[in-house]
Amino acid sequence: MKTEMLVECLDLTKNFSGKKALDAVNLKIGRGKIIGLLGPNGSGKTTLIKILNGLLEPTFGSVLIDGEKPGPYTKSIVSYLPDRTYFADWMKVSDIFDMFRDFYADFDRKKAEEMCGLLNIGTEEKIKNMSKGTKEKVQLILVMSRKAQLYLLDEPIAGVDPAARDYILSTIINNYNEEGTVIISTHLIADIERVLDEVVFLRNGQVVRHEAVDDIKEKEGKSIDDVFKDTFRMGVAGYDR
Amino acid sequence: MEWNLDDSRPIWPQLKEQLLREIIAGRYPMGGPFPTVRDLAEDAGVNRNTMQRAMAELEADGFLITNRTAGRVVTSDEKLIEAMKRKLAEQNVEKFIGEMAAIGYSAEDVIEMIHKKEEEKGVNNK
Repeated sequence: MKTEMLVECLDLTKNFSGKKALDAVNLKIGRGKIIGLLGPNGSGKTTLIKILNGLLEPTFGSVLIDGEKPGPYTKSIVSYLPDRTYFADWMKVSDIFDMFRDFYADFDRKKAEEMCGLLNIGTEEKIKNMSKGTKEKVQLILVMSRKAQLYLLDEPIAGVDPAARDYILSTIINNYNEEGTVIISTHLIADIERVLDEVVFLRNGQVVRHEAVDDIKEKEGKSIDDVFKDTFRMGVAGYDR
Repeated sequence: MEWNLDDSRPIWPQLKEQLLREIIAGRYPMGGPFPTVRDLAEDAGVNRNTMQRAMAELEADGFLITNRTAGRVVTSDEKLIEAMKRKLAEQNVEKFIGEMAAIGYSAEDVIEMIHKKEEEKGVNNK
């Protein structure tokens, strides 16, 4: 299937015990782009990513990825980096590669092994013996070694030091499938704004802005980081719903 | 190469300017091969779409030519490069004169200062 828009959300709403985590989100995302999903904590970034990935069901509204509702087909074309690691301690890197090979037809094991080599991560190393940062790198390698249509990266740079951030960003921009789209959620905007084509600002579960990065800079003469700070500083008063 | 990017302005025109300066300075020789979008994007730490746009603009202006066999090459049009070099030099001079005027120096003062500097350089080099 090849729809023009890769992702289409229509009135997408998610309630958690009466609280709206997502509130009538309408969003269209094209192909071949890197998109920043930006918002303060609790603005709905992770909820949106989990719905796109099929881990959560919308309360109301719908989402289509490549024309289909989240399900087995969309899982085969979506590569998801969760905001925490999920490996079992006893596993070795090569065990996880086996698992990915079984789960995902688009997993490129050779590419994953090459990326490990570049990072001096041995494929016989056990997860148990790895630092948090190394585990995160392994997870990113897995996610970026798939030739996916949509990469959903939930806070890929939150837990690592600035030097590792640069590494992670270059890994992302040098390895994604160029026909695919990458959605990166983060609140560390200054570190990533140069790699973004478009930004989506979320506040209280609503999309308050979705625009091309160059258009914003052209109009406002400011970095995305500054625009973000302005947007959400002004929003403080209206913060409690 | 050393990239100097200002996040408060769109990135692609800055990439274009900086690549153009490299071409004019002869870092990429006329008629010679030009790096790929992928390599330059990686070097500058930007998205490939952004680099692609900068290079497409350089191509539209005639500085780069996509050749079916040789890939992307720098133009061999000496006049075009010369004209751009001249334009860039004039812009720099204009800007410099403006900055000097803003702190109270006339064009004549500036010329005199330049001569003096050159003489000092000559003495120091001996």
